[in-house]
Order: sequence, then C-alpha cells, then structure tokens
Amino acid sequence: MLDLLSGFVMELRQSGLPVSLTEHLDAADAMHHVNLDDRDELKYALGATLVKSNSHWRAFETAFEIYFALRRDSGPGDTQIENLEAWGEAGEKSFPGAGMGLPGQQGTGRGGGSGMTPQELAELLYQAIRSGNSGMLAMVARHAVDRFSGMEPGRPVGGTYYFYRTLRNLDLEGVLQRLMEEARHTAASSDGDALTALEERLMADAYKSRLDDLRKSIESEIRRRLVADRGAEALLRSVRTPLPEDIDVMHATRDELKALQVALHPLSRKLAVRLARKRRHQRRGPLDFRATVRRSLSTGGVPVEPKFRHPHPSKPEIFVVADISGSVASFARFTLLLVHAISSQFSKVRSFVFVDGIDEVTRFFEGADDPADAVRRINAEADVVWVDGHSDYGHALTVFNDRWGDEVTSKASILMLGDARNNYHASQAWVLAELQARARHVYWLNPEPMAYWGSGDSIIDEYGVHCEAVVECRTLRQLERFVGDLE
Amino acid sequence: MSDTAEQGRTSWSNADLGIPDSGPARFESAHELRRGLAEIGYLADDGIAGVVYLADRLAKPVLVEGPAGTGKTQLAKSVAELSNSRLIRLQCYEGLDESKALYEWNYRKQLLRIQAAQISGGSDDGLRAASAAQTKDGAAWKHLEEDIFSEDFLLTRPLLEAIRADEPVVLLVDEVDRVELETEALLLEVLSEYQVSIPELGTVRATRLPMVFLTSNNTRELSEALKRRCLYLHIDYPGLEREREIVRTRVPGITDELADQVARIVQSLRTIELRKAPSVSETLDWARTLVLLGIESIDASGARDTLHILLKYQSDIERAAKELLSAGT
Repeated sequence: MLDLLSGFVMELRQSGLPVSLTEHLDAADAMHHVNLDDRDELKYALGATLVKSNSHWRAFETAFEIYFALRRDSGPGDTQIENLEAWGEAGEKSFPGAGMGLPGQQGTGRGGGSGMTPQELAELLYQAIRSGNSGMLAMVARHAVDRFSGMEPGRPVGGTYYFYRTLRNLDLEGVLQRLMEEARHTAASSDGDALTALEERLMADAYKSRLDDLRKSIESEIRRRLVADRGAEALLRSVRTPLPEDIDVMHATRDELKALQVALHPLSRKLAVRLARKRRHQRRGPLDFRATVRRSLSTGGVPVEPKFRHPHPSKPEIFVVADISGSVASFARFTLLLVHAISSQFSKVRSFVFVDGIDEVTRFFEGADDPADAVRRINAEADVVWVDGHSDYGHALTVFNDRWGDEVTSKASILMLGDARNNYHASQAWVLAELQARARHVYWLNPEPMAYWGSGDSIIDEYGVHCEAVVECRTLRQLERFVGDLE
Repeated sequence: MSDTAEQGRTSWSNADLGIPDSGPARFESAHELRRGLAEIGYLADDGIAGVVYLADRLAKPVLVEGPAGTGKTQLAKSVAELSNSRLIRLQCYEGLDESKALYEWNYRKQLLRIQAAQISGGSDDGLRAASAAQTKDGAAWKHLEEDIFSEDFLLTRPLLEAIRADEPVVLLVDEVDRVELETEALLLEVLSEYQVSIPELGTVRATRLPMVFLTSNNTRELSEALKRRCLYLHIDYPGLEREREIVRTRVPGITDELADQVARIVQSLRTIELRKAPSVSETLDWARTLVLLGIESIDASGARDTLHILLKYQSDIERAAKELLSAGT
C-alpha cells in the first residue's frame, strides 16, 4: 500500500500539485486510521493530507479516480460492484427485453450489452432521469458506453472523444424536453393549473442535475474501462490537464476560461489587499502628544507606549491600457475581466482599450456587477477603430497622450496589456518614455511567450526600455508572481 | 510543570518517529463522529467527518476553507460540544500580535509590585532606589525579578490558554487569513509542536493536545509552512439532500414540504451567476422567516417578497427574480 501511495504522490507531482515530503508522510500516517476498503474514506484522507488548495481538488480527484480505479474492481469484498449487478438484475426484471450484460471488464465481460436497441436504452434513460434512481442511472451509463462509445482497445487517448460520442447519441436535451412536457401535461390534467414559472424552473433544475450525474457516471465508466485496457499510469498521462493557474490564456477553451475567471477573483482581491495594506502600513505619522500623555496615566505618568497619528494615506491611481484587437482576443477577454476585478477594488482606476483608436471605458465598469455585461458593452460601444481595425500601438499611444496625458501624475501607475504587434506601423515609443517620466510606474504585461518577443512585427523591445518591467503573462501563475513582486 | 512538560515531550517525539500517539481517541470512528454531530444538530458529510476524525487521530490542526456562511465556525463549536471540551476562540484581525494571541506581561501590575517593594523596603525615591538596590543588593533585585516574571503577572491569551488548559479543549483560530504573513509564523510553533516559548519562564508544553481548527475565507494565500502543518478541509455549499436535512433539523416547526421547496429553490439560485450566492446561514434565515410568516408553500409572489433575505445585492435580487419567477425557461 505504501508503494501505491508513493506512486500516487509521484503522479500528483507530475500533474503540478506541490506535494511535500511531510505531506507524503502525513498521508502514509493517515492510512493507518482509515478503512482502506472504503474508497471515499481513503479519498478524503488523502485529499486532506495531500491537497491544500481547493483549485487543485479536481486534478486530485481525477488522478485518484484513475489511480485507484482498477484496484477497486479486482479487490475482494467489492460491495459496490455487487450492488450494481444486483441493480442490473432488478432492472432486467422491470424492463423486459433489455439485453443485460456487464461491461467487458478485464476481458472477462459477458457480452457487450449491444443486445439493447437504442430505443430501449432511450426509454431506460428516460425512466432513470425521471425517477432519479442512482442505480438505474449507473446502469444507463454502462449500457450507453457499451452501445455508443465505440471504444477501440489500445488507443492512447484520454477518453474525451468517447465521452462526447456517447453523449451525442443519447440526446440528453431531447430527454429533458420530453420530461418537461410530461410534467406540464400532468400538472394541467391533475388540478387544472398550469405549472408556474417557479415550479417549472425547479423541475428543470432537478432534472438537469440528474443529467449531470449521468454525465459524470458515463465519464467515470469510460475512464474505468480505459484503465482496464491500458493501465492507470498510461491513462493518467493522457488525461493530465493543467491546473487553473497553469492554463495558457491565449489558448484557453471556454471551460478553462470559466475556471480562470473563478481563480482570477481572489487574485484581484489579493492585489487590492496587498496595496491597501501597504498604504496603511507606511511609516507611522507624527507623534500624537495628547494621546500619549493620556495613555501614560495608567503607568504612573511614564510614557511607556508612545502613540502616533495615522498617516494620511495616498490613494494610488491606476491607468489600465489594454489592447483588445483580434490577435489577442482571448487574452483581451481575460484582461477585461482583470480590469473589472481591479476596478471593483480600487476607487481610482481608469481603463482604456484600443485597437488602432483608443477610448476610455471606465464608465462601463463603474457600477457593473457582472464583468460579462461590461465586456459586452465595451465591445458594442467603445470607439476603438480608427482606420482598419488592426492594432496600431503608436497611434493609440499618441492619442492617449494627447487626450489624457495631462492627467497622468506622479501618483499614477500605468499598466499596459498587449503583445506589441504593431503591424509595422510607427512605434512612437517616445510617448511611452514621456509617460514614464511623469508616472510613478509603467508596467507592461505581454501575453506572448517570451521566445516570440521581437520576432516579426513585435516591437516589445522598443517599448520595453521605457517600462519598469515587461512581464510575460500567459498564465495566472505568472500574473500572481507579478502581483507578488509588486512590493 | 516539569512533569507535564515531560509528558508533552514524549508524545511529541513519538510523533516524530512516525508512531501516531495522540492520546485517547475522542471519537470511535468517522462514522460515529458523523452520527454524534448529527445528534447535536450539525450535519456533516463524509468528507467533513473523515477529516475531523483524522485530525484527532493524527493530532494535527485542520485548516477549514470555503465560502462564507457554510458552517466553518459552527463545525468547531459543534465538535467542542460533542467532545465536551471548552472552546477557546482566537478571532484574527489585521494587526493581531503576540501580546493579543499568545501572552502578555501585566506590566501595570509589575510596576505596582516594584513600587510596593520600594515602599516596604523604606526607600524614598522610585527609579534611583531601584538601581541602587540593584548594585547594593543583587540578591534582592534577583528576587524581585523572579517575582514579577512569575505566572501571577502573566496574562494568558487564547493560544497559551489552549496549551495550558487541563481540561479538554478545542481551539478555534477564526479567519486566519486576516493576519499578516509575519504573524502567521507565530502560529507555527503552537500548531506543530503544541508548545509556547516564554523567554522568562521557559517553554510551556501542552498537557493535553487540543483539537485545533483554523478557518480561512481565502482573502489571501496562506503560507506553505502553515498549510503543510494542517489537514485541509474545504467545505462547499451542501447538495440538495443535505441542505434539506439541515433546514429540517435547524428550523423548528418547518414542514417537510416547505423544507424541500426551500432547499430546491436555493439550489437553483446557486446555479445562476450571482455576485454573492446564498449561503447556508441565509437559507436558514429564509426558512425561519417563511415559518414565522406562516407561509406553507412558496409561490412566486411569496418568493419575490422574501428574496431579500437570501440575497444581499439589489442586482442579484432582480436577476434572480427574472430568472426564477418569470415565465418561460
């Protein structure tokens, strides 16, 4: 078991989770105290000792499911699977004609379950979702995978393709519609009232969560078979996904962006807390004589604890200037989210977006609770195109300097966001130099890998000399490091 | 003191060798713990019960994270109640220092003591006499020093109190993410070795290992060192079944039907993107309000009128009303 644990810890480290030696030892210790047959208990014990951040939990869970999957199935005293089999038999009785068969685990399966026609399976699915019976859902998952996934042994894949293929064939949306129609119908016929919007919504949510359960069990079913086929280590290599903080912003999928958005929020809060704390903990103000004397009375007139006035805090002003042209489209979305997060924390944030023209968008973020709203309004209303809608940093900077340059004072920090790909226009780097002379800080966050900087039409080097720091910012981790280095 | 210190030392070195020794177990098993908590009105899930049980067996603190209002603090209170322990609570805030968290010398009393010694010694003038006494009579000064740095003049603060307690203790360090990184280091000695060093008195070791809970709302990343020493528990919003049970146990006089409806509506609300999703405590407030108002079944207008108890932002309320209560899905 200890070897197994070491292997598992190695695997977690490979996926990027920071597991220290102490934590490994703790986990080994913890295993003395849990019932190893109980898989959930083991999972929570390992989770509590090895994973110290909630954003890592998903990666841990995936690894755990796979790593300990096969062992579960081959172990003796396997109640869970027996239960499923019992369910399968029960299902056979209640749904005559459904060709039952357990999946071909470890090559000893009794047939592939293909005796069940798609219609029967659809009916079974409908019944399962309607009743919400977990045993039936598990059965549907197994049969669906048998019937539709078209798994081919030995292929080095992570199973995502099989998963979507199964789902496509099941037509879950259709099932949901059918269920809702039926619910409306029953309500109307039983007491004459149509469903209210609230009831309908609750009903739909309940069904949707059951469908989600089904998706999860299909996914784990496919994973289990893949483990049986190729072994846990091989599969883990294929399904290893980056942690939220390691996702490349430029190439993030929609799901990944959502994960990013969740992770971004605490980061901006952290940034705010850090800056606020810095302000409050600046050197102490002048001696408060009155308070000191008063306090000294309790020590017999000896001023043991001198009291100081609080310094007058200076509010930092932040100018965020972001490129939102097509070449950085997904990064732009990310930056707008970041800007929104920052501006909800600071009173004095001015935000600007540009392509070849530039426009101030502070007003869109003010009072906007939902970043998506603000982003939509910016895309629709901001006037950022000057000639042809290709980035022109030179022109945007010049206009920025002409229109708002006077407002950049020694209290202002400027945060530039963009890849500095200028489409061979004039760079007008002198503008940035001038701004730097006036502003407190100028930082540049570049979403491109550092290796590409200065290649082609990238002129980051020309601008970079006028910035305090040019930082590669492709992942949250890099952004976090930038925030951390700000002090 | 030396006797108890000896005991503390033994248990510590055993743990060092990898032999778990955390004294008598407080709980039989994770399962028992879960049942016990349910009896006093805290419905834990398998994860929560498992981690708390493990924390007891491994003698490790538990770091509890999760959204606000999901029962992090309540967990510590309930565990204290279940194990018949005293709950000692350290509320963290920015600027918390060791004189507020660990111990402080009661310098006012010390000053008085010195002055009293001077008066009884017959000296007339304060400071000069003290220094004179120091040079003239070193023994008297030493005696005085030992006297004023004794336990009589020690003000114990929550951490030291938890360590020194003779009875079983549950220590709750609430909102640990509010203290500065430097102050966090203070906790490390206490949490990993259950001891406190006081320069004038020596090291105080725990006679009985307290159970320690730290809660965090995740306003900042805690240091790796602290995380390493803790078991990690993330408490999320409960699922439908558990939430329904929570409403049923915590709200007296609620019908099963209403509890079910409440839980389902709250679950639906959490799927909508809101600025602040309703927490468990808000769910309970809402359920209590409904019971007080005598509402037995929630309809659209009833929901709209009481939505402000669940949601705290006007924009959230509007959005929820739009999503949930207007026709058409």
